[in-house]
Parts: sequence; structure tokens; C-alpha cells
Amino acid sequence: MTGPVIPPTGGDTPPLLAPPLLKLSGIVKRFPGSLANDRVDLTLRAGRIHALLGENGAGKSTLVKIIYGVLRPDAGQMSWRGEALTIASPAHARRLGIGMVFQHFSLFEALTVAENILLGLDDAASRRDLPRRMSEISARYGLPLEADRVVHDLSVGERQRIEVVRCLLQNPALLIMDEPTSVLTPQEAERLFQTLRRLAGEGCAILYISHKLDEIRALCDEATILRQGRVVATCDPRRETTERLAGLMIGGDIKPPAARRHTAAAPPRLAVTRLGLPATRQFGTDLSDISFTVGGGEIFGIGGIAGNGQVELMEALSGETLADPAEAIRIDGVAAGRLDISARRALGACFAPEERYGHAAISGISLAENALLSARVRRGLARLGFVDAARSTGFAAHVIRAFDVRASGPLAEARTLSGGNLQKFIVGREVNQEPGLLIVNQPTWGVDVGAAVTIHRALIELAAAGAAIVLLSQDLDEILTLCDRIAIIAGGRLSQAYRPSEITLSDIGLLMGGTDSLARHAQA
Amino acid sequence: MLRLEPRGGRSPVWAVASPILAMALTVAVSAAIFALLGRAPGPALYTFLIEPLTSESGPPELAVKAAPLILIGVGLALAFRANVWNIGAEGQYTMGAIFGGGLGLAYPDAPAAVLLPAMMALGVVGGAAAAAIPAYLRTRFNASEILTSLMLTYVIQLLLIYLVTGPWRDPEGYGFPQTALFSEAATVPILIEGTRVHLGVALAVAAALIAWLLLQRSVFGFALRVYGQAPRAARFGGFSEARLIWATLLMSGGLAGLAGLIEAAGPIGQLLPKISPGYGFTAIIVAFLGRLHPLGVVVAALVLALSYLGGEAAQIDLGLPSAVTGIFQGVLLFFLLACDVLILYRVRIVRRAVKEAA
Repeated sequence: MTGPVIPPTGGDTPPLLAPPLLKLSGIVKRFPGSLANDRVDLTLRAGRIHALLGENGAGKSTLVKIIYGVLRPDAGQMSWRGEALTIASPAHARRLGIGMVFQHFSLFEALTVAENILLGLDDAASRRDLPRRMSEISARYGLPLEADRVVHDLSVGERQRIEVVRCLLQNPALLIMDEPTSVLTPQEAERLFQTLRRLAGEGCAILYISHKLDEIRALCDEATILRQGRVVATCDPRRETTERLAGLMIGGDIKPPAARRHTAAAPPRLAVTRLGLPATRQFGTDLSDISFTVGGGEIFGIGGIAGNGQVELMEALSGETLADPAEAIRIDGVAAGRLDISARRALGACFAPEERYGHAAISGISLAENALLSARVRRGLARLGFVDAARSTGFAAHVIRAFDVRASGPLAEARTLSGGNLQKFIVGREVNQEPGLLIVNQPTWGVDVGAAVTIHRALIELAAAGAAIVLLSQDLDEILTLCDRIAIIAGGRLSQAYRPSEITLSDIGLLMGGTDSLARHAQA
Repeated sequence: MLRLEPRGGRSPVWAVASPILAMALTVAVSAAIFALLGRAPGPALYTFLIEPLTSESGPPELAVKAAPLILIGVGLALAFRANVWNIGAEGQYTMGAIFGGGLGLAYPDAPAAVLLPAMMALGVVGGAAAAAIPAYLRTRFNASEILTSLMLTYVIQLLLIYLVTGPWRDPEGYGFPQTALFSEAATVPILIEGTRVHLGVALAVAAALIAWLLLQRSVFGFALRVYGQAPRAARFGGFSEARLIWATLLMSGGLAGLAGLIEAAGPIGQLLPKISPGYGFTAIIVAFLGRLHPLGVVVAALVLALSYLGGEAAQIDLGLPSAVTGIFQGVLLFFLLACDVLILYRVRIVRRAVKEAA
């Protein structure tokens, strides 16, 4: 009731006098040691696409979990179509007409599309003539699906469509989408937007959670911006600039990374030649015939949709999986394919894998011990088989200072850091080993804008100092801004490399979809 | 209604309080069992837990019983830290006794300065060899070491029975299934005159101290902890999974083998069909009760050693079966695992049907 006033918007919206579909006021949710939601107000109306905007840890997920009945608020009121209530469980939320598409899908890989949809339905009534209703919804909202395909053969975009169709089968009045485009190609994202606009046009309310400001400005009618658990603004994103939205979100100005200085061709520090590897885990991706070189001072970007071989490529380059023959990977000219990760570090390579918890770092041990994990070899943190605790602590403290990591000190357990701060520590730990070659996967995934800027700047400085950098990322903006050359990985194959100026977003989309070469299209 | 709520981290208080609460609950349940068996619980508990310590020979006997538990428990604590579940210490213990004991029986007249160290070394080799089989099967075929190490235990026990009833039987033993007594040179020396406290007690304490140093300070100990918490991070850190599995199994097997040899060539003095009251299994409880910490293992071993002495006392004074020891140990492990839930969860008492209408 006390929230900022929403400016009136376009004419095709229902009268504002009708009670809002969902109204939250003064929602408070405490977790041990943190206040996740602090008197949050949110009003959702039928037919509107409402953006929920905020950095990681701003309280977006907590708020959504409260709306979807996963969490109970500690204080505050909720009303649905004007009636006060508490939402007791996700099943209750679905009965009210709230549908949610999670960022991480809950699909059975080994079952078909139809079987997955069937399993997700609450009651027998909605299972009746499922095939007919499925194809009806698919056609009406532009969500093509083949009912008999097995899920593990589908792309991420197709999997998302299953989740969306599953929600739409329940005729939702409110659809919640959590970071839906983080795994989509630009074309797939545009298609999703059309579906969402169509749904809103039919009167469905949509709560759209994202931190991608451009797409929010393109799609949403209203936006609520959260920072540190509080609503800092409610606005019409179409009337704001991206910079202002970003400023509201992080509470300060952001300095974009300095423009890349272009470097002359140097002898390659990393040369990958016809690298092929069968997948080591179920539903993994086989790598085939991957070749590229990266010179000193160069940032080489590898884009693509998640699950197309990025993790496998990262592990092959790091030595967590060994490649055959040894000559398939050369680091500064040395055949390194059969060397383990420690030996590759000794050659000057450093690595920052995508998964922070349990791969790049361990939550249950201190930052000093996490420093020991990967910087042992290059920074001499162990001698004669024994740990040099003083040097480990000193190195961790150095990283904390250099990267402005918010932590109580080098002896803080990694779990006490926010995701963004832990990521800064991980990247800092690798960069401060002064590598000649750095390979990073998704360095800014899920981190706030401030941390992303710090990380980007560090990569640029490292390249300027003569290192070769391989940046694997699903964030196309990141790759296009930072990289000297980019290639796209799809189905375990790497496209040829392009300069960012030579390639358009729609070309990238085609490559992501597995088109072998643009040359054929472009020159045809 | 009781509800468990995640704490969001490990509670350092409950990490220590959990074994204490478990012991208190175990004593309470033991009292109830004594009462059901028709013995006054108070005096029975006294007989079981206190009396063994009051006699002059009590504390030294406790140390003698604790020594093998410490040796085995320390090795298991290291392996369990790395999530390598060696359940076959009983078999490795037996194999150590067979290897080292065989040497002692073959060369009874060799000088003690050579014979005993060689027997101990062979004891370690025997235990490690027994553990090498599960290690190979795990690293080569990804077979669970829980099953292979446990099953191997029974094979090795049958081997011992075959040896003491067949080729190694003492020809002057009136047909009893036992070997000849170990010679003077092949016997583990007594450290404190007038007691049974032998060299093995000192070795056990030394092993605990060395293991503590390894775990806290060495890169190897770090690798164990990392691998136990996050195998993928261990690989990222450059620690080979196969090497860690081999190292932990060989180490825990070797220590169990040493314990077996010391027990056979010390307190027992010969090889019998049965040379262990289940030390290899009890040491699993010791490792957990000691929080997988080498020094905690020493304390826990004393507690479990007491249950052996108490079992004997209960048999003699109360006329209860020696199975009391096994029951006490089993109940203790049960409560220990249950209480460990409190390290990660807190118990909330909630009234039914919470209405939030503030």
C-alpha cells in the first residue's frame, strides 16, 4: 500500500480498479544470519509482464519461493484476487492458478516428452485427453514439441518448452519464469518472448525474473527492483535506460570494462589440434575434431548453449581428463595432452571451472586451504609434502585484497561468502598465479554486476600482460565485448573462429544450433 | 511435533556434544537392558563400567585392550575422511598376524633385534596386501570396497583356521587347533614390569600422533579431506583419485595388520583359530566416536576397550553372557549416528496448524 506508485502504461491493460491478481505487502523472511526479504511489496495484475530485477542474493528467489508456496514468510500479508491468504505449498499455488518454470528443469532424461508432462500433472482430470490439449497449446503459443521424443536428445530450449507447456496445461492465471533466457540462443529467446506476449495478451499475469536489463526493457511492462532484500524502486522499464536500471540494481555506478586493446599476432601459447574425446559420463557430450590456437595477449571466446561440450572441453584442457595423443594439446609448444593438471600448471596454465562449489572450491574449508587447492604448485604453498600454512594464508589474503573479496579473512570458510565473492576469490586465485595461459568457464555466471566488472577487468589486464586466455561462456554479451576472436561449440564440435566484428547475433544463433559453417550460407 | 531444521552449516558445539549425548543414552539403554535381565541397574552398571577400572590391573588392561583399537581406528579414521569405506579391518588384522606370525614360527631362534622388527614389517605387509585386493577392485572395476573388504574378511579368517588346524598346528599341542607358542625373540616385549602393557601400546600412541600430524599438516592429509568432501575438487586440485584410494586402503590395512601381529605375538602368544574379539569391527565405532580425528580415536578406543573389560566382568560377576559387550557397542554406534544428525540439523518443537494472521 505504501509502495511507490506505478505509472500508468499502455492502453491494452485491464482497468486498474479491479483488485490486483496477487498483492504482497510487507513480506519479511529471515534466514539465520540474513534478512532475505525486508518488508517487500509487490503487486501483479492480470495481463501484465512484471519484471523482478536484482543481483544475486538480492532476495528474488526467496520472494518467488514464498509466492510459489515453497517458503512461508515470517511476516506480511498476501492476497489473491483481493482475498487474504497464505500459500501453503506448491500444490496449493498450482490450484490457485500459479505456474512456475524453474531455472533448473525437473525432467526425467530417460522419459519422453509426453511422459514427463504426464508426471508433472497433479490430478487425474488434467490427464484426460492430454495429447489433444498438448498439441493445441503447442500450436496456439508457438511451442512446437514432439510428444514421443526422449528428453535427453532435446536441446535446452526444447526442454524449457516442455516446462512451459506443462504449466500452460493448468491454465495458469500467473506464470513465473525464473531466468528463462540464460540457456537460450537469441532466436529461441525471441520466440519465448512472443509466447509470453501472447499469454499476457490473453490476460495471464507474468512474473519475469532476470538480471538481463535489455531483455527486461524489451519485454516487461513493470519492474520491481530488489536490493539487499528491499524494494528500491518500482518503475516502467521501457522508460528507463539500461544504465539507470543497473545503477538501481547494484546501488552505485558501474564502470564498464575498458575497451580491448588489439594485440598483434603472437606465437600461440595454446594450440589444440584435432582434439577428440568420448564422453566420460552418461548423457555427456563427445568432443570431436576440435582445433584452435590462442596467442599471448589474446582472449579467445567459446560460446554455446550449456551442455554442448563446454564442461568436457574444460576438463580436457585442464587435464582432469587426459587427451590422446599428447600432441592434441600444446601449452607453449609442449605436448601436454597426457599431462595431469598439476603438470599443466607447472607449464604455466591455470584454470577456473564453472562450478564454484565442489569443483573450483570447497565450501567446508577455509579460503587459505582453497588457495592451497590450486595454487600449491605455482606459488610454492607446500614444501616436502607439508603445507606451508603461513604462505597459504598470505596468498589468500593477497587475493582477498587484490580482488576486493568480502570475507572476514583468509581463514573464513568458503561457505560464508556470497556466490559473487567466492567467484572473485576463485578468479583472483588463478590470475594471481601469473599464468601464461588461463582457461575460465562461465566466470561471471550468477554473480552480481560489480563482481562481473572486477572479473572482466582482471581478465583484460592479464591478457595485456601477455597471457593467453580462453573464455568459455554462455553470455554472448560477455564474449562479444571481451574477446578478440570467438568460436561456437555445438554438439561437441567447435566452429571456426571469427572476429566479433565479422559475425552477427543471428549468425551466432545459427552456429549454436549446430550449423557447421556460416561461410556456406554467407557466400552462397 | 518435532521437526528437524537444517542449520545451514556444521555446529561445532554438537560435533563434540553428539558423542557425549550418545554415550549418555547408551548408558541409559544399558541400564534398562540390565533391568530387563533381572539385575539391579545401578550395581550392574557399576560392575560393567566402573569396577574394571578400580582394580590395580584395571588401567593397564584397559591400555592393552585399547592398543589394537587405536592402531586400527587411526587407519580407518584416515580412510573414512576420504570416504573410502574400509570395513574389512578384521580380515587385514588377521592377515597381519598370519604374515608376521608365520615368520616368527619359522625362525624362532633368530635374534630378537632382527626377528621382531621383521615380523612387524611383515604384519604391515600382510594387512596392506589384504587391503590391496579391495583397492585394486575399486580402482580397476569400480567395485564397492565396502562389500569386497568385508567379504574378504571371512576368507582370511578361514585361511587362519586352515593354517592352525592344518600345516601350522603345533605337533606337541595334543591335537588342539593352535600353533606353537612364539619364542622369546618373537614376542612383543612388555614395557611396564608386572603388567601386560607391551610395546604395542606405545606404538599405537605414536601412530595416532603421526596420523594427526599427517592429517593436519601434510599435503596428503589435505588431499584426503578434500577428496572426502568433494571428489571433483580433489581432481581439480591435482590429487589422483586412484592414488588416494590405494594410499588410504594400504595405510589402514597396514595398521590393522600391525595390530594383528602385535596382538598375536603379544598378549595371545600364539596363533589360534580366533585371535580377535572383533577389534576390526569395533574400530569402526572407535573411528566415528573419535570424530575421525586421530587423537579423538585414542579417547574413543579407551571407551570401547572398557566395554570389553566390562563384558568380562559382567560375565564373571553378574552371570550375564559376554554378548553384553556387543550390545553395548551396537547401541553406542546406533545413538552416535542418530545424534550426529544434530550437527547439521536443529530440532524445533512446532505446534500443529500454524496460522499466520499477524
